[in-house]
Amino acid sequence: MEIKKPKIKSIQYEEFKDNESLENMVKELNENGSNVIVGVLDDVINWGRSNSLWSLTFATSCCGIEFMAIGAARYDFARFGFEVTRASPRQADLIMVAGTITDKMAPVLKRLYDQMADPKYVVAVGGCAISGGPFKKSYHVLNGVDKILPVDVYIPGCPPRPEALLYGMIQLQRKVKVEKFFGGVNKKEEKPKNKVNDGQD
Amino acid sequence: MDKINEIEAAALHDEMLRLKEEKHMDFLRSLTGVDWQENGLGVVYHLENSETQETITIKCVAPNREKPEIPTVSDIWKGADFNEREVYDFLGIVFIGHPDMRRLYLRDDWVGYPLKKDYDDSLNPLRMTNEETVDSTKYMEEQPDGSVIEKRQAIFDEDEYIINIGPQHPATHGVLRFRVALEGEIIKKLDVHCGYIHRGIEKMCESLTYQQTLALTDRLDYLGAHQNRHALCMCVEKAMGVEVSERVQYIRTIMDELQRIDSHLLFFSCLCMDLGALTAFLYGFRDREKILDIFEYTTGGRLIQNYNTIGGVQADIAPDFVEKVKSFLTYLRPMLKEYNDVFTGNIIAQQRMKGVGLLSKEDAISFGATGGTGRASGWACDVRKRHPYAMYDKVDFKQIVRTEGDSYARYLVRIDEIVESMRIIEQLIDNIPAGEYQQKMKPIIKVPEGIYYSAVEGSRGEFGVFLESHGEKYPYRLKFRSTGLPLVSAMETMSRGAKIADLIAIGGTVDYVVPDIDR
Repeated sequence: MEIKKPKIKSIQYEEFKDNESLENMVKELNENGSNVIVGVLDDVINWGRSNSLWSLTFATSCCGIEFMAIGAARYDFARFGFEVTRASPRQADLIMVAGTITDKMAPVLKRLYDQMADPKYVVAVGGCAISGGPFKKSYHVLNGVDKILPVDVYIPGCPPRPEALLYGMIQLQRKVKVEKFFGGVNKKEEKPKNKVNDGQD
Repeated sequence: MDKINEIEAAALHDEMLRLKEEKHMDFLRSLTGVDWQENGLGVVYHLENSETQETITIKCVAPNREKPEIPTVSDIWKGADFNEREVYDFLGIVFIGHPDMRRLYLRDDWVGYPLKKDYDDSLNPLRMTNEETVDSTKYMEEQPDGSVIEKRQAIFDEDEYIINIGPQHPATHGVLRFRVALEGEIIKKLDVHCGYIHRGIEKMCESLTYQQTLALTDRLDYLGAHQNRHALCMCVEKAMGVEVSERVQYIRTIMDELQRIDSHLLFFSCLCMDLGALTAFLYGFRDREKILDIFEYTTGGRLIQNYNTIGGVQADIAPDFVEKVKSFLTYLRPMLKEYNDVFTGNIIAQQRMKGVGLLSKEDAISFGATGGTGRASGWACDVRKRHPYAMYDKVDFKQIVRTEGDSYARYLVRIDEIVESMRIIEQLIDNIPAGEYQQKMKPIIKVPEGIYYSAVEGSRGEFGVFLESHGEKYPYRLKFRSTGLPLVSAMETMSRGAKIADLIAIGGTVDYVVPDIDR
């Protein structure tokens, strides 16, 4: 049982940029092979997960308005299964960091991320979330959200066009499709060190 | 260059009180802290008479740079409250008698004051510890013998029931944080925490050339990108003595009004969504996209256009711009009727908004709550009428003023303003004169020494630019009068006594944009 290349219905595989990193992931996952039954189960679960990615409504600045625009009728991200946005991190699959993250916001964002349940993804939207953008030199701006969170997809732009946001989200879908759900392969956080239960706590 | 009057710190409070009572200077337009290095730290006040539109600029320097102290004016103008906290946060000037000397934007454990010229950024690495919320505040009280002592007082009592709303909350329209003391469902007290999107734009501007600073204005209030940039361009043009061509004035005016329609449509959409009407949200966004298309054809940007430049605009209007705008206007009229059918007449919407979040005219002026909020309270505060700029003195439009001062009035003002904006555009769109769209400017410009203030009517109030130039290629101090800061400072007055659920309706109708508050 092999993990296949991720397929998106309406876009040809060759038309995507950056297929290489996905192929590397596929290669890595295939190295040890996997059980047929578990593999089929993985496929089913990933199919479901990738087509209903729930994002946290998190927006700090300009990019948030474009995020609203893709939610509205014209760009309509419901076509791809992203339409459910959750106000609570406990119910969200991914966090779209749309906007500048400042020094005061950084611990709050980290806390929100920590509150989300695994498996979870981070999408950095716009120049500010990627590197600090036009505010890179400021005394109160975090230069890139990847300094505090593991980022899965970067969507450049200031703000990114809705098409770019959709493309980025589809890239995330493809990433979700090549995951082994069982066995904890994709856990990004380190497992907590097993406490020695010495009966004292 | 604006004329400036200097007042000694010791006499400031009495003099300000006299100005307010005798000259009726009841509107504090802007309050700016400046670091004049060896000449000390100080504050520049812009005052205006809300009836005669007479303005006055006052400067006050704190005598001691090491321990700067200036008497507060927050008891004269309510709007000074947050502004003085901002100055304390940025420059460390302590306002004697101010009831709440906490930092407004930065964390409590921040070291130093960022807008001081000798600020050292290395003292403030990224702190990943969660910020502790303290329930008490300090204030400085002057003793009869002239000495000043620090005292503490509680913001919330220990037995009060406090709800925290934000910074991550879908209905605060960004990362604003409220702490609300409740009694049952009734709001007893509200404490605003800003700064979660404080990007330090003003400090950055001090090391950017004038053309470079333009890019940051679009990102302040991104729903008023054209207007913000217009204000800064106008300020620099005024300082340089540059006259822009009539064609540019026409284009800028039309763009400003399109932006206003865009912003008000978004206001409508978001308010409806906050109150649970998702269909209306989709309607508003559907029509907003049409304006964004028009913007995109001419400027290349959807949300942030980077269109105005010093001396003109970036590019000439697209060949079919006039046609597109006209067809949009004919399209929008019946849609507005649809909005009214769907939402304005809706019984739920009316009950959620009527009589909720009252703001009196006196309070609106005292807080400096301009824009739709002020006009809904009966204050004719439109900069386009008060201090006309661009083409506004040549077009015929009505300033929408209502007197109820509740959420419903704030909502109606904005819906009616869409119609007025359409009228302005209709008068201009056919007559755009031929001419240059851009005046040649040097790549590095040096603004003559002096202080300048100019303001435009942004989508949600007066957006002002204060510029102090020392004749160099960088501005010495550039401050943006936020449209949103007076609005959030008035939130407590509006929501006290209301239900907690109404806080969302009030916040929605006040229509602040958080990056514009925090800057």
